[in-house]
Amino acid sequence: MDVSRKVMEIIAREQHLDPGVVTIDSTFEQLGIDSLDGVNILFALEEEFKIDIPDAVAQNMKSVQQVVDSLTRVLEGKDISDLVAMAKGETQPAAN
Amino acid sequence: MVRRVVVTGVGVLAATGREPESFINNLIEGRSGIRRIQQFDPSALSVQIAAEIPDYKGTDYFPAKRLDLIDRFTEFGLIAAKQAVESSGLEVADEECPRFGVMMGAGMGGAQTYELGYCSLFAKGATRVHPFTIPKSMHNAATSQICMEYGAQGPSLATSTACSSAGHAIGEAFRHIKFNLADVMLAGGSESPITFGIMRFWESVRVMATGNGDPSHACRPFSADREGLVIGEGAAVLVLEELERARHRGAKIYCEIAGYGLSSDAGHITQPTVDGPARAIRMALDEAATNPEDIDYINAHGTGTRLNDATETQVVKKVFGAHARNLAISSTKSMHGHAMGATAALELAATLLAMDRGVIPPTANYTTPDPECDLDYVPNQAREAPIRVALSNSFAFGGLNAVLLVRKFQ
Repeated sequence: MDVSRKVMEIIAREQHLDPGVVTIDSTFEQLGIDSLDGVNILFALEEEFKIDIPDAVAQNMKSVQQVVDSLTRVLEGKDISDLVAMAKGETQPAAN
Repeated sequence: MVRRVVVTGVGVLAATGREPESFINNLIEGRSGIRRIQQFDPSALSVQIAAEIPDYKGTDYFPAKRLDLIDRFTEFGLIAAKQAVESSGLEVADEECPRFGVMMGAGMGGAQTYELGYCSLFAKGATRVHPFTIPKSMHNAATSQICMEYGAQGPSLATSTACSSAGHAIGEAFRHIKFNLADVMLAGGSESPITFGIMRFWESVRVMATGNGDPSHACRPFSADREGLVIGEGAAVLVLEELERARHRGAKIYCEIAGYGLSSDAGHITQPTVDGPARAIRMALDEAATNPEDIDYINAHGTGTRLNDATETQVVKKVFGAHARNLAISSTKSMHGHAMGATAALELAATLLAMDRGVIPPTANYTTPDPECDLDYVPNQAREAPIRVALSNSFAFGGLNAVLLVRKFQ
């Protein structure tokens, strides 16, 4: 399942954007997505994938890549406690 | 120096018209907007009729993205506000915005949104609802969205007093201008209460007319064979302006709002008293320094229930004495239905449009005189007559009354 393609489709649909406008490199700011829109997109993703994204992580998603990363880890059943901690400012992000 | 408040713009969206011209024309012609419910299948309900805006589609007025964030009751409010602002030619400079406010009545608020949310949770077992549920359903959503649309940064609020909601909103807006806290206000009400759940809730109170297969004749205020109220939807918004500001820009002036009376029955949670409404009328008369004998027309609360219409008759007799028989009273709810939190605004709009035309709209569907309701209700036929001073009554469930007094502007 191509998570990134689905994520981009859903963002485009919820924001009433042409699909081509949303890319893997897009930030929410670039796409004109504010925090209320962000909550809406996450609701759509949770409905689509039948998962729960913790509020702390949800509130800190600011780009398409971040959404895809978090979603992939949740779907793979991987531990996302480091993402939660990072969102709460308890640790430093790992260097890429 | 007393500041005076005038109405310089009107917007209406109701079962009897999607804008003021057709709204008042249909009322004058006695045309009822009450039909079988169209927006969902009402077959399971005992009461299957309502006063709906015919063929209403949000997409006719708003782009899809806007519709995501607003409930239908807010759509109605925005549409009426736009008509009011455009018809008045109102322009508010940035520096004036802190003295420009919005006050809207809403009895049931975002009913459709509430219903979808509860259905998700209780019927479908969802653990989350749509994130826009709160911003859409909150009673102040119409006020806030209108403020955002027009940059109104002044005193603004939403009132919720059941059937009197819009009356209180308009009254409070009037006061804020009169007492120098604002110069321009958009005031009125909006309501979209025709949902399956809300119809069921109202069925339980047993005050609605079923129509007996003839919806347009279902609502018969003051008639001996009246069977109850009919729920309606819609919105009306007025532009209220301080007189000198209106004059200075050469605005069309529909009327002056000269008095606002409000009171509490402290009686019964659903049954009206005579004293409570009478006090609200007297308060409006006093503020406007108007004698009862100067009132030409009363747009009645006139829901069409046995109790309201008989009680309202007694109220008018108590306040007006012998003059009660000389003044004209009509209930336009007979045609646009009881639009709950919007209805007082629809009715004040009807009153001032009637005043502008010099034609009193009728009480439709009046078939049989009732000894308990023996005043002049302008039955069935509109009447050409000057309206110099008029009252609009709203007597809500819970005994909260709002009365507005309007005067033809000299």
